Amino acid sequence: MSKQTNKASQSRRRFLENISKAAGGAALFGIGLGLYSQQSESLPSTAIRPPGVDNENDFLSACVRCGLCVRDCPYDTLKLSKLGDHVALGTPYFDARNIPCEMCEDIPCVRACPTGALDPELTNIDDARMGLAVLIDQEACIAFQGLRCEVCYNVCPVRDKAISINRSHNIRTGKHALFIPVVHSSDCTGCGKCEHACILEEAAIKVLPTKLAKGELGSHYRLSWEEKEKAGKSLVTPDIEHKYNLPEGSRYDYEGEGLIQPDSTPFNESAIDRLNKGKL
Amino acid sequence: MAKKNNKVIGQDAIIKKGWLVAHKWLLLRRLSQLGILGLFLLGPLFGYWLIKGNMSASLTMDTIPLTDPFVFLQTLFTGYLPQATVITGAVIVALFYFIVGGRVYCSWVCPVNIVTDAADWLRRVLKIKTSLSFSRMGRYGLLVVSMVLASVTGMLVWELVNPVTMIQRELVFGMGLSWLFIAGIFILDAFVSRRAWCGHLCPMGAFYSLIGQLSVIKVNTINRHLCNDCMDCFAVCPEPQVIKPALKGNAESSPVINSGNCTNCARCIDVCAENVFTIKHRFIN
Repeated sequence: MSKQTNKASQSRRRFLENISKAAGGAALFGIGLGLYSQQSESLPSTAIRPPGVDNENDFLSACVRCGLCVRDCPYDTLKLSKLGDHVALGTPYFDARNIPCEMCEDIPCVRACPTGALDPELTNIDDARMGLAVLIDQEACIAFQGLRCEVCYNVCPVRDKAISINRSHNIRTGKHALFIPVVHSSDCTGCGKCEHACILEEAAIKVLPTKLAKGELGSHYRLSWEEKEKAGKSLVTPDIEHKYNLPEGSRYDYEGEGLIQPDSTPFNESAIDRLNKGKL
Repeated sequence: MAKKNNKVIGQDAIIKKGWLVAHKWLLLRRLSQLGILGLFLLGPLFGYWLIKGNMSASLTMDTIPLTDPFVFLQTLFTGYLPQATVITGAVIVALFYFIVGGRVYCSWVCPVNIVTDAADWLRRVLKIKTSLSFSRMGRYGLLVVSMVLASVTGMLVWELVNPVTMIQRELVFGMGLSWLFIAGIFILDAFVSRRAWCGHLCPMGAFYSLIGQLSVIKVNTINRHLCNDCMDCFAVCPEPQVIKPALKGNAESSPVINSGNCTNCARCIDVCAENVFTIKHRFIN
């Protein structure tokens, strides 16, 4: 082998060594980083995304972390996650207990987004689904103690649709009502004003990522009454009208007065007549 | 490195041209780096919103979008097609660097360069001679990794750890723990391996070197016949391997420093007492 080819093969070997070193190191690092990224996909439950994010993974593929949404948020609600915040680095989020979303009608954060990571088709803020409010602690919520509060209901921007007050019997006193706030996922935008306003030390109502907050019925489930309404008739053998086995002449009104005796006219009868009929 | 004993790099140039001229390009570069950072900080600090956003993507005077093409390319690799604003911004920025030199981003814009230059300065002053070295190909490996991870996971994985965008972002949006990364890069460059980050590992630099491969503005060793082999340019250059083919080439070879990894920082012009180097468009020979 001549000296020159020897030199050339040496430099080729050095080059190949160099390449394989670089490729090996980068590949190892890539594997580690890939594994780490799986972990970072999990969003802490207190971190709420801005409006226009339907799916966390889609969002993480589109957001370039420029912070333009943060800059155009007039209420300083949105923040960019910093190193150490446990939210995918540099992405926008907010903490509802701290500063909730004010649901601006012109949605400046979505309009500011240059990539479309915040869905530009979201034009009505009531259609936003940033998360879902959940009355998560019924032990601490004072409404369940029979006290009047309803602060979460009163601050709700979609009041009566997203949160309504259901009245029920107060068993403890026996004579009062409980005024229970109930969240409806059909209309809750996840703005977090309820969580922000909750009067407890630690909020009893919290906005959670929808994925975490919401259950889902198996897709094969059908609710008979809905199906019946849709079809306009019963889809199975029609129900036989229920009959009670009562003494002759008596009736039972399920939704009304209850047991009705055939000749019960209690207040225009004299006591003697009633006794003569064998009734007490 | 054939450096004369205890001599400050560029000593002859300082004597011959005066301190200011011998630091002209360095000072202009610092002015540019700090000035651009300052423009981003005008809004958050003084409420004057000339530029909104950060170096990943921004909006100037509420009209001109600018997007970092490296970050943009990652979003493309996730399989997501972003909307027009961000595409326009990426095209503007890529065209700009295609003309002025890809790695002009590294030496004239990126604030991390100030950190690594400072680390290299400390290394020279303290005469640190640690021998661990990374391959200069490593950055291309990481460039491939960043794109592969984006397409495999469908998210911008490199942006979870990218120290460059992280530092740029947190300087403008408030500092989290990213100062740890600044310290880490400084320690790496100063005490572990010379020019490790910007010269060997950073995939953003690798990306911009590809844009700059055919760029118009290049450093030219136009007076290479005057070279007195003082080696100061090699000592000061963050990518010394790019100088040799031009400076030490034979008479037929082009005096243009053609490597995409030349950052056009022009420190070679500063430290050269013989005025060998100049900045020209690439078509001059």
